[in-house]
Amino acid sequence: MTTTAHTDTAALALGDDALVLSHRLGEWMGHAPVLEEEVALANIALDLLGQARILLSMAGDEDELAYLREERAFRNLQLVEQPNGDFAHTIARQLYFSTYQHLLYDRLATGVGPFTGLAAKAVKEVAYHRDHAEQWTRRLGDGTEVSHERMRQACAALWRFTGEMFQPVEGVGTDLADLEAPWLESVGAVLGRAGLETPEGPRAGAWRAGAGRQGLHTEPFGRMLAEMQHLHRSHPGASW
Amino acid sequence: MATAAAHRTAGTQRYDGREAAEGEQDAYQRAFDAAVAADERIEPRDWMPEAYRATLVRQIAQHAHSEIIGMQPEANWITRAPSLRRKAILMAKVQDEAGHGLYLYSAAETLGTGREELLDKLHTGRQKYSSIFNYPTLTWADVGAIGWLVDGAAITNQVPLCRCSYGPYARAMVRVCKEESFHQRQGYELLLALSRGTPEQHAMAQDAVDRWWWPSLMMFGPPDDESAHSAQSMAWKIKRHSNDELRQRFVDICVPQAESLGLTLPDPDLKWNEDRGQHDFGAIDWSEFKEVLKGNGPCNEQRITQRTRAHEEGAWVREAAAAHAAKHSRENPESRESRETGAQQA
Repeated sequence: MTTTAHTDTAALALGDDALVLSHRLGEWMGHAPVLEEEVALANIALDLLGQARILLSMAGDEDELAYLREERAFRNLQLVEQPNGDFAHTIARQLYFSTYQHLLYDRLATGVGPFTGLAAKAVKEVAYHRDHAEQWTRRLGDGTEVSHERMRQACAALWRFTGEMFQPVEGVGTDLADLEAPWLESVGAVLGRAGLETPEGPRAGAWRAGAGRQGLHTEPFGRMLAEMQHLHRSHPGASW
Repeated sequence: MATAAAHRTAGTQRYDGREAAEGEQDAYQRAFDAAVAADERIEPRDWMPEAYRATLVRQIAQHAHSEIIGMQPEANWITRAPSLRRKAILMAKVQDEAGHGLYLYSAAETLGTGREELLDKLHTGRQKYSSIFNYPTLTWADVGAIGWLVDGAAITNQVPLCRCSYGPYARAMVRVCKEESFHQRQGYELLLALSRGTPEQHAMAQDAVDRWWWPSLMMFGPPDDESAHSAQSMAWKIKRHSNDELRQRFVDICVPQAESLGLTLPDPDLKWNEDRGQHDFGAIDWSEFKEVLKGNGPCNEQRITQRTRAHEEGAWVREAAAAHAAKHSRENPESRESRETGAQQA
């Protein structure tokens, strides 16, 4: 019984991360800087949505969980709910999160536990997301003066949300704190190759590390949910 | 390249140098006409009449533009899709459309133009896109109506293009049509779920069909007696059927589908004609069609503004990618550029 509840907690946390980031990436559609990125960002969004559906279904009904929970009940990281900003902000968010997700799923895929099957499939998708983010970090960081400055600002602006990823989540089956050193090393190396310095400053959310996992979110998140849930909530009990 | 291409199509014709060029032109034209008559495919390196090339560039570019402008009315609902399953389907569809745009720009590029040039013509209004995408998506049911009616009309238009005389376009159409058929079935299934749902959902579906029916019929273009390019395109086997023929075929397909959907089509004159073995249908409001084509439809300005803004706001990203590629190619010892630099240094 306790194990199941813990699995639900972890499934919601990981599922909400994927659901919310997928939604943010979906906002890019029709607005990307080049057609190839319309395809790439949609592809990543679809992978994440697929992961979200599996994870939320482990914890209950996917649509009830996505559309009928209020802001305080969502368990995603504050990082993934951050607005898209410019392309550099989107890429910085992708770099930070996909590196984390890849380290996490790589570890879960080789272990035993409720997430092994999902992780084995997702790790392949996430490797692609990480490669995409790393390549764009290099292009923007080591592109023009303008792109270098935008990438630098984006990496700095999102830095304070990265500490939350390594806070413990009950039932996830691995110690997330162990991922922090390899994450710092990998992100630092990518930024270095892009001619960027690793940002300085605290890596905790504005409230405290782990806030999103406790249902404490940033202001833009409520508006995102209002848009996402509006139609579903307007027709209680309807099927689509 | 032109010479080699000419040789291929002209077959046994011997190239005799510049003096013979005029006679050669005739021979190339005859070889081209014969290839079209024999239902052979014209390929990028083959000789082709300039007007054939220009017509194809115009048509393929317009088709590509329609795919990317067509992402907007549907993407309008991605963030509001009412279930995660529907959201995934819609995202995949919009992604496919971007992919179709990419195939089609590639096909157009085989004719000696470039994607940047074509996009510039779209952004400045010198090339068009399908009139249908100037209508707004006001409810979730519009996503279904677009899938069923708009993609349905597109497929009716595009399946014959799989046999078009220009090879790269025909091959692009084979890939595009497979995916479009899938989208069309998903749109139908979306509407069916609404039609069989709550009274509010049923009303939403009916309202969407009421708004999208006539604009969908306009997708086949002006009536045959007013269609400027039709005769020549049919002679070149770019087009295989007239606008009115395809429109009739589409109406005949839709009527029974609307019945099984439990929805009506907004045309009091629509009825089966026993003598013709086809449906009669009411008059299309061509003045509306002309206004939309002139840029005065409900969303013309919004669509182009969004597209242009995405392009302009993305300029720094494309410049960064180009600058990075240039630096990288200088560093890479395998690259052509560095071999040239090396040669100069040696």
